[in-house]
This record gives sequence, structure tokens and C-alpha cells, in this order.
Amino acid sequence: MRFGIVVFPGSNCDFDCKYVTGDVLGEPTTFIWHRETKLPEIDVLIIPGGFSYGDYLRAGAIARFSPIMDAVIDFAEKGNPVVGICNGFQVLTEAGLLPGALLQNNSTKFICQWSSLRVESNQTQFTHLYQPEELIDLPIAHMDGNYYLDADAATELEKNDQIVFRYVSKTGETTASANPNGSVNHIAGICNKAGNVLGMMPHPERASDAVLGGIDGIRLFKSLQSPWGKS
Amino acid sequence: MSDSRAEAIPYHTLTDEEYEKTKKLLNRAPNATELAIFSAMWSEHCSYKSSKRYLARFPTKGEHVIHGPGENAGVVDIGDDWVAVFKIESHNHPSYIEPFQGAATGVGGILRDIFTMGARPVALLNSLRFGPLDIPKNRYLMEEVVAGIAGYGNCIGVPTLGGEIVFNEIYSKNPLVNVFCLGIAKKDEIVTAAAGGIGNPVIYVGSKTGRDGVHGATMASAELNEETEDRHTVQVGDPFTEKRLVEACLELIHSGTLVGIQDMGAAGLTSSATEMADRGDCGIEIDLEKIPLRDASITPEEIMISESQERMLLVAKKGCEAEVAAIFERWDLDVAAIGFVTDDHIFRVKKGNTLVAEIPVKALTAEAPLYDRPVKAPAFQDLLLGLQEEAIVEPRSYSETLLTLLGSPNFASKKWVYQQYDHMIQNNTVIPPGQGAAMIRLKGTNKALAMTTDGNSTYALLHPYFGGAIAVAEAARNLACVGAKPIGLTNCLNFGNPERPETMWSFGLAVEGMADACERLEIPVVSGNVSLYNETLGMGIYPTPVVGMVGLVDSAALIETPLTPGFKAPGEKIVLIGDTREELGGTAYLKIIHAQERGYPPNVDFGKEKSVHAVVVAAAEAGLLRSAQDCAEGGLLVALAECCLLSPSDVGAKLEIEPPSIRMDGFLFGESQSRIVVSVKTEDLVQLETLIAEEGLSSTLLGETGTASLVLSVKGRTRPLVSVSLEAMKDVYENGIACYFEDHRKNT
Repeated sequence: MRFGIVVFPGSNCDFDCKYVTGDVLGEPTTFIWHRETKLPEIDVLIIPGGFSYGDYLRAGAIARFSPIMDAVIDFAEKGNPVVGICNGFQVLTEAGLLPGALLQNNSTKFICQWSSLRVESNQTQFTHLYQPEELIDLPIAHMDGNYYLDADAATELEKNDQIVFRYVSKTGETTASANPNGSVNHIAGICNKAGNVLGMMPHPERASDAVLGGIDGIRLFKSLQSPWGKS
Repeated sequence: MSDSRAEAIPYHTLTDEEYEKTKKLLNRAPNATELAIFSAMWSEHCSYKSSKRYLARFPTKGEHVIHGPGENAGVVDIGDDWVAVFKIESHNHPSYIEPFQGAATGVGGILRDIFTMGARPVALLNSLRFGPLDIPKNRYLMEEVVAGIAGYGNCIGVPTLGGEIVFNEIYSKNPLVNVFCLGIAKKDEIVTAAAGGIGNPVIYVGSKTGRDGVHGATMASAELNEETEDRHTVQVGDPFTEKRLVEACLELIHSGTLVGIQDMGAAGLTSSATEMADRGDCGIEIDLEKIPLRDASITPEEIMISESQERMLLVAKKGCEAEVAAIFERWDLDVAAIGFVTDDHIFRVKKGNTLVAEIPVKALTAEAPLYDRPVKAPAFQDLLLGLQEEAIVEPRSYSETLLTLLGSPNFASKKWVYQQYDHMIQNNTVIPPGQGAAMIRLKGTNKALAMTTDGNSTYALLHPYFGGAIAVAEAARNLACVGAKPIGLTNCLNFGNPERPETMWSFGLAVEGMADACERLEIPVVSGNVSLYNETLGMGIYPTPVVGMVGLVDSAALIETPLTPGFKAPGEKIVLIGDTREELGGTAYLKIIHAQERGYPPNVDFGKEKSVHAVVVAAAEAGLLRSAQDCAEGGLLVALAECCLLSPSDVGAKLEIEPPSIRMDGFLFGESQSRIVVSVKTEDLVQLETLIAEEGLSSTLLGETGTASLVLSVKGRTRPLVSVSLEAMKDVYENGIACYFEDHRKNT
């Protein structure tokens, strides 16, 4: 499984993602510079976290105009798997590959902590190694993770089973205090209608090595590594 | 060149004597630009003119030290071809004037000091001092400083692993922001900041030069008053540019085209060019017309002393200009060849064909004034040392007193702060903030680096020698508690106005204490920074020597299962290593409960201190310890409470002690040094006690870990002396700081 990781100026989780796909999983992994206009031969594309273009104007708003983005959109539209993590999620919404927008956390502060999540859909190529409704812990680290979309669109997402992860309490409840940033319906990660583009604020690449305190993230990358036939 | 001292006044801070000295060195009167250059280079900030003679006292050599003080950061060999590069620096004045940008650019500056050595920054820490949080201005300062640190570190992608925060009235008008950075590199990748090779190009890279930070170094070398709150002296940070600068500079260093590189920090272009020439024993000539400017109207003086951020100066090998330019252009950064290295030992500044400044390099460096300032103990010193212990009433309820201490901002959880810092990025954080020393692993090795910042200004006020010595001892003790052996330290000496004899008295003693501790504990000082004039409207800070220390963990087991302060499981033995004496002077208990900062601070026996560290590290490496926590501020009872509060599984403690031979409050809240509380499995107790006895130390079996409460009984008494539930402790501990920031409370 060949992974490609897009590097914008200001990306800073690029090395961490490569560490997991390349060093932990041993898969060939290539950095793709934002000025490129073509993707190399890859099977999975990751848009990593960070502060592309310093988050100036709006997180992800400038990165979507990078030369590489046409190729990214083309790759996604052909049905290939694309994962946007944190700033990558913001870029995907700005580029129109995913619905909604990510607003500033309702605390107005950056938040870095472990968060409990519920896997809302394991019927995706990103999550098929998780159990249905499994509770997992992943780190979050963001200033703008407050996922927003209007009520009708949210209902549409729920109906289409596009919600992949939700913030919950340790025991799996969607209590107010379990929502770290004010996201609509506690949404932490979604996929597009076709199911091949995933955007998520939590960082699975930071939970893929036991020495760092948790390994609930590694199965996301392993899901991509292993075959999945949608039932 | 005309004598334009009058028109240069805005950028000139020389004394009359210093001005006369410049005339002698030049054999003529300096012009306006030259005056600005002399003022910046001879400022306290750049020249260390008041402190230099004391700093020579620090032990700076060590078997593993590759570069000590004098370079941009210290470099220590950690084996397997890896080196650790680290330094701490202050950004106090700017952070009071404009807290967000002041703190942010402090982080930016210390990061540049690290990557300019060829190292990739892998961790940030800080040491902060604020006034009490019930004053709105202090809350504003803290909120903005924390946001500034977070904003810069998070964006650039270097984890901020905490540090320390202390609150005291004395910092209301002089908050302190000390920032520490650690980098790692392969040994052969280290570069230095020396110019060399006559005719080699001098190249400017990074942001354009603007007026921000003009006067910064001189501002940081003076007392503040209402008029000096000039925001334009504070620089504005752009972490996005710095991120690109890190990547481009590391790429450049690996390209083999580089001779030397230095960041443009305090005194900007002036200090970077002259210091590089000085280290390389050569001259440098630059042309101001070639400097990338934000605004064409900026004057030569302003260009020379601007402290615009995210700029570097480098000397490349002749003929490599295009290759260097290509690297920076790829990262969309300005790059311009602005001059060349000369053999005449002169710093020459031209503007096209016009000569703007011409000063011998040594006149700015070696010839900078050095002062042996008058020294005098403060008149109130004896009064401060006098503590009438009999007048201190022992608490009626030790449980209540403990809760009061745990809820005071100095002891309360700093989570509100560190959860704003991305402390996980780079995938190395093994011990996150909030648990004593922090630790990162080095991928691909069996090594980890632990780090801590420490300082106790109440001790330093009462007795500067012990304030200095204990900062070192406590930092090393914090490292021992995670099984790390110190490899070196960096210090930040925050003091008041050096022109006051009382300031230099405390400065000298604090340095003496630190130096003695370093010698006896065998920890070299590899870098550091002095921040004087921490005074506003004539009110100075307490002497505040701060230590940043790095330790090496060389055991795979201690990386996989790190040693942390929290109790791990019920039914394990709790042991206090070290002796408790009646030492109430300078304690947090005395300050918070009895509103007194008086008495002799605790003594420190360096031999014992070293033995305690040796025992704990040996026991940790042997896998005997389940938890370890040093007894510092707050004494034994606070340390035990912290072991419960930091337990990952809500483990408490049930303790039974012999009636102590000293006052009970002295036993429970006294701050005797060289003590560490550990927990071990019952079957490992004998082995631990043997190790302790072999080092000639004493220890006390205090009791056992248990369910979610802290209960302490004294033999012979029917009712426990302390009995508090973990829930009650958590309530005060977790809200002690958060409760001052309303917005946060609404969200939790």
C-alpha cells in the first residue's frame, strides 16, 4: 500500500504521519510538495495536520489554492482514499471535498488532550478494523475544530451514515462536557457520500505507538492496509 | 562623518564615559549609525557588562560538552553520534509591554538559537512568573503570555512540555517569561556561528526588515516606567515564516555550502554580523541597499538595530550563492547576498557607495565596557532572615491546611495552561506536562531526554546563595525522579537594576550557589542568559535564578514504562528517602498560610543530594520503583497528595508515622532538601532499603498506597491527623487556576 503525504508550507504533522505509515507499518511513503501538479503512483493520500500557510485568512483557505489541489481533487473523485487529519480536514472542507466548515473552538482556546471517541461507522475502508460503536481514545490538538453545518445538512450526513467519529464521554455518552470544541452533533470525523474521503480532527498518527500512551489510532492506517469488501 | 550624537539620541543609551570610550576606540566621534551600533552592542543585554565577571565562576567543561557558553546554545554529546542542544532565554520586558507578541517572539528567538546550531528543535519548556490572579491585569498578562507561547510553538510544530509557573505579588509589575528549547542533531551536523573565508558571501535570509523591535536590546536593558511602554519596541512574531526558516536552514546545513550561521536576535543585524566576525576573527562588510526592507523610509540606524523576527545571517562558501538562494526560494523566503567577509577586522556598513559605519569588530565585542559594580547586602536582609517560629501557630486542621495549599495557584494543576500547548506533536512525548520532569524519546535509539525548569525566588530573596544552589539541586532531583542523569544545565538569571548594589550582592551570591551546586553535582553549565533591570517604577523583582536542566535516560524499560509521580496500585509501600529537619523558613506553607516570606531557606548538603539521586536512578533502572516524586515546595504532605492526584487510577495512601521529634508543621510542610517519596511493590522493599543503606542514606517507611483518599495517622493518637478524600483534593487542585478564567469554567 503506497502512501502519499501532501506537504504545504506550514504542515507540521507530515513527519508524524510518515513515521506511522513508513516506519511503524513499513509501507512506502512519499512526501508530495504542494507546488507539484501531479501525484506520484500512490494508493492512499494523506493531508496532514499543521498550520498550512500559517492558518492565515482561515485554516485551510489558502492551501486549497495550492497547485497540487487539482490533482488531489481528481484523485478523490476517482474514488481513491483520501484522509485529511486536523488541518487536512480543514483543507478538505475548504476544497469542497467534504461538507461543512471548522470554526474556532467555542472555548476560543487551543486544546491539546486525549479525547474519547465513538466509532460511528466501521463500514468504511478507513475504519473496518474497529468494532461497531467501539470507544477509542485519540489525541486532539487544534484551535479550529468546531465542526459546523446547518441542521438540514447535518441530518443528511446522519442519514447517509457519513459520521465516522463522535466525541463522547469515557463511558460513551454524548454529554456536553465530552464535546471539546462545540462541534455540531459532537462530530469529530466525517466521510463524503461515496465513502472514500475522510476528514477528522483527532490525530490517529499520535496514537499508533504504545510508548506514546495509546494505540487506538493504528487500526485506521491498518484498515487502509488491508482489504475491505463493503458488506 | 559628523558628530551627530544629538540627532541619534533616540537610539543612543551610552553613558558619558562610554561615549568617551567610543571616541577613543575610533579616534574620532562616532556618527549616528555608529552610536546606535555601539549602544546596542554595549547594552547589558548584548555585552553582559555587569554580569560577565560573575559568570566566569560557572563550571562549563565536562567530558561530554561539545560547545559551552559563547555559542548560540550549548551542545552535549549523548552517545551513538547524537547530541543535545539547549538553551533558556528571557523575554521579560517585551512580555510585560505586549504579552502575546512578547512571549511568542521569545519562543521564536530561542527556537532560532537551537536550529542555528544545526539541530532540529524537539521540545520547548518555559518558566513563568506572574502576580496574583485576583488582579485582572495579571490574568490578562497570563492569558496572553500563554496564548503567545501556544500560538508560536503549536504553529511551528515543536511540543511545549510545560515547565513551571509561580505567582507572587512581586511579579505584578514585572512578569517573567523564560523560554527553553531543546534540539537534537547528529554530531557531525553541528554548525557554529563563526564567519570565515575571506571574500565569502554574507547572506541575509528570512523576513524583511521593518521598524519593529528597534531599540529592543536597549529597552530590555533599562527599567520600565509609564513612558517606556512603547509597543513598537516589541517585535511581532510569524511562526509560519519561522517554520519555513527551520526547514530551509536545516536543508542548507545539510547541503555543505555553509560556513557559519546566526540568527538576528537582540540588536538584529548588528549583533549577528559583529559576533560572527568576532568568532571568526575577521571583518564583515555589508551594503544596506541590498537588505530586503518592508519600508523604504527606514533609516540606516533603524536597519542596523531592528529586531524584526525570523531573520538569519549566514556566511556561505564562495560560488555557492545560487545553491543557497534556491533552497530559500523554494520555501518562499527572501534571500539576499548583502556583503562579504574581509580580513581587516572591521565591521563596515555601506549604503551603495556611501560609507555609513566603520568600527573595529573588537571595539564592539572585546572592548565593550565591563563593570565591577558596587555590592551591598540590603538593609532589610537581617530582618528577613529573622523568623520567630514560636509565633507561628500550628494548624488546627492539617486536612484543611493541605486543601488550602493544593488549591492555591502555585500548587494547583496547570492543566488550564498546558492543554493550550500542543505537547504531543513529533510523536515523542513519553512523559507529558504536569508531572514533574517531562520526557521525550529519541526515535531509533534506546534513549530519552528528560527536562525541567526550576527556580524558587522566595529562597533567593531570603538567601541568594541557597536560592541559586537549590534551583540546581531541585532540577537534578526532578530528573532523578524519572530515572534520568543530568547532562548539563542552562540558566536564566532574572534580577533587578544592576546599578543598585543590593542587586549585585544577590546576583553574586546566587551565581556562587549555582556554581557550587553544579560543581558538586557534576553538572556543567552549557548556555544561559542574564536579564537585568527587571524593575518598573523603581520596584524590582526578587532575585529569580531559573535553571533549565536536561537529563539522559538510557534504559528501554524506563522509556516503555516511564517512572512518574502518581501512585500506580493499592497495597504498595511508600518510602521517604532522605532526612526531614525543622526547616520552616521560606516555605510555601509560611507564605500561603501565615503570609510570611521570612527565615532561613532550607539548607542543602550536596553530598547527600547526589546520593539521593544516585539511589533513585539506580532503583529506577533496576525496575524497583513504581512512582517517584520529589519533596519540594509544600513539603512532605503536598508531595504525598500530588502522588495521589497524579495517580492514573485514583490510588490514595494510608500512612502511619512515628511522632516526629520536630514541630508537626515542620515535619509535614517543611521543605528540607534532598528528599524523594517513592512507592515500591512489597516484595521489592528490602532490595530498595538495601540500596538506600548502601549509599549511607536514611529512609522512612511511611505506609501503603490505598483507596481514593489520603489518610495520615500518628502513632499514639486515636484519630488520623490528616484525612481527605481524593475527590476533595481534586476539586481544589483542578480548579485552583481554572476558576480565575471564567470562559474556561463555562466549558467544563
